[in-house]
Amino acid sequence: MKTFEIDRDVMEIAGRYQKAKEYLLPILQELVGKKGYLTEKIIRDVAKEMNISPNEVYGVATFYSFIKTKPTGKYVIRICQTIGCDLAGKDELIKALEKELRVKCSGTTDDMMFTLEKTNCIGMCDQGPAMLINDEVYARMDSKKAVELVKEYKAKENS
Amino acid sequence: MQRSRLLSPICEYTELLNRAFSYQPQAIVELIKDSGLRGRGGAGFPTGLKWDFTAKAEGKKKYVICNADEGEPGTFKDRVLLLESTDKLIQGMTIAGYAVGSNYGIIYLRAEYKWMLNDLMNKTDEMKNRGYLGKNILGKDFDFDIEFRLNAGAYVCGEETALIESLEGKRGEARNKPPYPAQEGYLGYPTVINNVETFCNVPYIICHGAEEFKKFGTDKSCGTKLFSISGDCEAPGVYELDLGSKVQDMLDLVGSRNTKAVQIGGAGGATASEKDFDKPICYEGYPPGGSIMIFNKSRNMVHVLRNFMEFFEEESCGQCTPCREGTKRLTDAVIRIDRGEKLNDEEMKTLLELAEVMKITSKCGLGQTAANPFVYIYENFREDF
Repeated sequence: MKTFEIDRDVMEIAGRYQKAKEYLLPILQELVGKKGYLTEKIIRDVAKEMNISPNEVYGVATFYSFIKTKPTGKYVIRICQTIGCDLAGKDELIKALEKELRVKCSGTTDDMMFTLEKTNCIGMCDQGPAMLINDEVYARMDSKKAVELVKEYKAKENS
Repeated sequence: MQRSRLLSPICEYTELLNRAFSYQPQAIVELIKDSGLRGRGGAGFPTGLKWDFTAKAEGKKKYVICNADEGEPGTFKDRVLLLESTDKLIQGMTIAGYAVGSNYGIIYLRAEYKWMLNDLMNKTDEMKNRGYLGKNILGKDFDFDIEFRLNAGAYVCGEETALIESLEGKRGEARNKPPYPAQEGYLGYPTVINNVETFCNVPYIICHGAEEFKKFGTDKSCGTKLFSISGDCEAPGVYELDLGSKVQDMLDLVGSRNTKAVQIGGAGGATASEKDFDKPICYEGYPPGGSIMIFNKSRNMVHVLRNFMEFFEEESCGQCTPCREGTKRLTDAVIRIDRGEKLNDEEMKTLLELAEVMKITSKCGLGQTAANPFVYIYENFREDF
């Protein structure tokens, strides 16, 4: 590694939680919020800063599906795949978004703007099909609405 | 019969807390015991006992944790409570803190509900400003505060010891019990950990007493319960019903016709077919976790089963072999069946044996129940295989 300097965000965020081990998950969550995903450098920096092993940080990070350790789009679209949303038509939703974003499910667009993936039950079974875009929830979706929504996000980025 | 204890306001905040504080802490524990309230997350452990163990455990500090990590397929009742009955939840946790001698509350919220976090924090701050949380609540020598923590997309963290591991900054892998959280919970301190709905029942019991609470329900399943009803019906949603209500009552209530199957208590619960619709949902009957998913006659139950098994395979944390390997083997078999392959009797026998082994030897509730849909759906809907 060329640089030995610890990432400033890591220092700031870990410091705010007094580098307490029990706050490892919120620290990783904030870093994902800020940087989109955790690089190896970030994981090593967190470990150094909190005086725990990088393996442990990596082990915790990869246990949780919302903590990303691979390059991820600015917006993560998570389509609920569990039975309620499945029967309500999640497959059509995925197909429509794959076409709109020109990316396969579990992939990220070339401009690193959107990651499209499936997720397990998001607790909107009475209003399926449902999906999350980052922290926002969208229920009672259909292909048309989902495409419109993604277009809105795109427009927001381009303005 | 529909009720409205949990989803409507019951009594004024100050009056409720003053009434709670008029009891000695141990008297509240006894009141909750008398009420027969059992855990609303699904396992059904008597809440009063949990509180009693924690109250009697030695510790420099104690914690009250709310499990707001509902992730069971088909469950969304806590979503409604968190949004509409935040005050009841905070009251319930505060009273739990007073009863067991804890000054620290934590709400562990699933990441999929992060969209409601700001709202929840604003409401909690408002309670603090009005003197219902924080130091010397309503002038009483009792402090209680609530902190929010988020899961990050791991279903297994709804299991109470996995939840505690996650709160401690670790992988959410279930612990061996004992020790139970009541003795050694968060950071080793005695900890009460209850579901959102369990806490939301507490204000009613304080206001109206144990006898009134027991008026609805059955002998072993006291009170009302929220049910998240979804699937093939006219009016999906959250309904408050007496424990012990029959499957058919619920189907009538939500306008379900041509019903083929009802999945009760989540993916790891039980699958009822038409012959079972007159059976009750309560701790002594079908599992009352709160999730009711309806499938009509156009649905293929092997497709449903495949969805459930893929869910469990993905969410198995992988630390114990029967669950890690079992969910994979069952999923592989169901995928083959779903593709039209017919498994011979010998193969089916082996899979059912595997299901039994998973049930007996898995470390936590996930592995112990993951094979349930396989067994139920194979038994009740063999024509779909």
